[in-house]
Amino acid sequence: MDKQDIDQVTGTATTGHVWDGIGELNTPLPRWWLWLFYLTIIWSIGYWIVYPAWPLVSSFTAGTFNWSSREAVVADLDAIKAQRGPMVGRLAAASLQEIANDPQLLDFARAQGRIAFVENCAPCHGAGGGGARSYPNLNDDEWIWGGKLEDIAQTIRHGVRSSDTSARTGATMPAFGRDGILKRPDIEAAADYVRSLAGLPVDAKADPAAGKKVFADTCAVCHGEDGKGKRELGAPNLTDPIWLYGSDKAAIVEGIWNGRGGMMPAWAGRLDDVTIKSLAVYVHSFGGGEK
Amino acid sequence: MCPGCSIAVDLHESLQTQPPLLGLVKEAEVAAAGSSPAPVVEPENEGPLYVARRKVYPQRVHGTYRTIKWIVLWITLGIYYALPFVRWNRGLNAPDQAVLIDLPNTRFYFFFIEIWPQEVYYFTGLLILAAMTLFLMNAVAGRIWCGYLCPQTVWTDVFQAIERWTEGDRRQHLLRDQQPWSAARLARSGLKHFLWLMVAWWTGGAWVLYFADAPTLVKDLATFQAPLVAYIWIGILTCTTYALAGHMREQVCLYMCPWPRIQAALTDEHALNVTYRYDRGEPRGSVKKNAALHQQGQPAGDCIDCYQCVYVCPTGIDIRNGPNLGCIQCGLCIDACDSVMAKIDRPTRLIAYDTDLNIKRRQEGKPGLYNIVRARTVLYAAIIAAVAAIMLYTLATRSSEGISVIHDRNPMFVRLSSGELRNAFTVRILNKSLETRDFVLTVDGLTDLDLRVVGDVASTGRMAVIAVGPDQTHELRVLVSTFTPLPPAASIPLTFRISDPKTGQRASVVDHFRGP
Repeated sequence: MDKQDIDQVTGTATTGHVWDGIGELNTPLPRWWLWLFYLTIIWSIGYWIVYPAWPLVSSFTAGTFNWSSREAVVADLDAIKAQRGPMVGRLAAASLQEIANDPQLLDFARAQGRIAFVENCAPCHGAGGGGARSYPNLNDDEWIWGGKLEDIAQTIRHGVRSSDTSARTGATMPAFGRDGILKRPDIEAAADYVRSLAGLPVDAKADPAAGKKVFADTCAVCHGEDGKGKRELGAPNLTDPIWLYGSDKAAIVEGIWNGRGGMMPAWAGRLDDVTIKSLAVYVHSFGGGEK
Repeated sequence: MCPGCSIAVDLHESLQTQPPLLGLVKEAEVAAAGSSPAPVVEPENEGPLYVARRKVYPQRVHGTYRTIKWIVLWITLGIYYALPFVRWNRGLNAPDQAVLIDLPNTRFYFFFIEIWPQEVYYFTGLLILAAMTLFLMNAVAGRIWCGYLCPQTVWTDVFQAIERWTEGDRRQHLLRDQQPWSAARLARSGLKHFLWLMVAWWTGGAWVLYFADAPTLVKDLATFQAPLVAYIWIGILTCTTYALAGHMREQVCLYMCPWPRIQAALTDEHALNVTYRYDRGEPRGSVKKNAALHQQGQPAGDCIDCYQCVYVCPTGIDIRNGPNLGCIQCGLCIDACDSVMAKIDRPTRLIAYDTDLNIKRRQEGKPGLYNIVRARTVLYAAIIAAVAAIMLYTLATRSSEGISVIHDRNPMFVRLSSGELRNAFTVRILNKSLETRDFVLTVDGLTDLDLRVVGDVASTGRMAVIAVGPDQTHELRVLVSTFTPLPPAASIPLTFRISDPKTGQRASVVDHFRGP
């Protein structure tokens, strides 16, 4: 370092290396930075010792801390379970009605139910249970299979027309047109009549008498003489303003022609009982639940 | 004259000024500077952007400003270390620590003030006050914040006092640093670093006490029962204090801190800065030479080139080079110079809080101009007063309850089988007082309206009574239904009101009722 070659333009010392007339400036890293760098290398040796580091032939060096990411997750989950344990225990022991009547249990069940709902139910029923065409809106008070707490829990547990032996099957709406049970004009007349039951405007050319006869002969078995539906059969009320598949004539004709039969999976095997109870309470608290 | 130009004396130039030292001391200093930078060719006066640090050995000094600095140091450190232990009775439902940042419960307590997370805008006011106070200080007397109040200065002062006590004062320390390592030197150095680490550790320890009940935490820390995060933070702050006050010192002020640059842009020619009165000091000379010149009636300055002002400077600058960015305005050079002037029987305050403008005026035979009341100081003071008044008003009239509402988005509205339309809302009621209160919740905006709170059987109709615990919030699902026919794509304003029948205090918020 006695005699340094100084670059005239920058005033910086050079390394003395020259390639094809191009010299190299000597601009070393700041010393504090360099020492920090060495320090990190020393620090990393500590990591090798305490944490899993080196792959071996069929295993790896486990490290003195015996740490594993899998066990860390399991421990975290266990900690959460332990934290929620007392409340979950109370939920498991309480009946659905008891949960709904206890503000503390209700808050906890709704919070837990909300998470389970957005994870499992939202793909069909919407994030807030708003539903979509052919997927019922869970906020309203029209329930195909019943809107009491127990009814909702039963539907979630066993599903609708699912493979579960206790599934709600009811009487599936037949394909009256496709299977040749009813003729086209009869189906059109029935559709007009159904619209008139719900107080919706009807075609001037419609034949109410013919429609009424078709309804009484074919539809009333399940939907009732007055069209108000029968829950035990899963036959919806046709007189209210809530329509799962739409209230326009084309949608109704399509339903009668091809039949309807919505499905919902059974959740009993996938979700534990406390989660299903929480879900039932949560769905009931959307506002349409029945007492 | 452009004030910015006078401030912007090249930092490196001033740092590289090497006073002609006594041979011994000079040798020691050169060695202390480590490998001196290679001789550099300076094209067009531009030095390198990097200079190696020259270790500063500030000399002990006594005097007015040193005394002020000690007093400020005791007060500020006293507040810092003792404040967590000050108690403030808030009743049963709140902690009794005067200043507490309660992160788990998201509350900030400051004596009579309690702030919730959504009220952090109060901090905006505090920050404006802090900034304006800094600006005002700067307009009056330059960087007195840096010289007296800045934590970096205060802690560095403590660390330097420890250093002088263990390693000796400037000259002794310089000589000792030249000697080879010995048991005695190791002991001195070890003791110094041990004391530094103790102060640093205590600094970190006091910091965490602001985040939990201090007496309990002290007990827990001592018995190793405290949460790990407390030990980690103490460790971090011990390291930063030790590094910043022990090792980095003036480097923080010179290279890391943005405030010197900001203040250079904020100052004007009337701001009192630590100034070498060159009108009096120049030409410099030895005591004898200048005395002789005086006798002959020739021009001779009061500065005897004793370098005391440089030796005491905590940032290692020479104030006689004029105003410069390295100066933190601590006034220690004033004390040093005054003691010399007293000894040689010359008037004190050759260095003083003064302005370049005054020097020029005196040279022209005019009296000095000390102009503290001027447009910018009045403006800063007015802003401080206005912001402080607004803060005081908002804190004094801070409501002890609140309500917020979120409209359901899926679905926006529901048609019920009866034909009724219903909207659902998530309502949160805030009770900021320290006892449980029953709030009456009502909703207005539609002539025909049905209000229901999920889980509250008694709520059917127009109102609901909701109990909210002390210092808590309560979230509700509120259903609002109406038979009123609405225009297409209706959005009717709804007012959600809560009122406390006992005190008559109320709060409200507006959301909307949506229809198809």
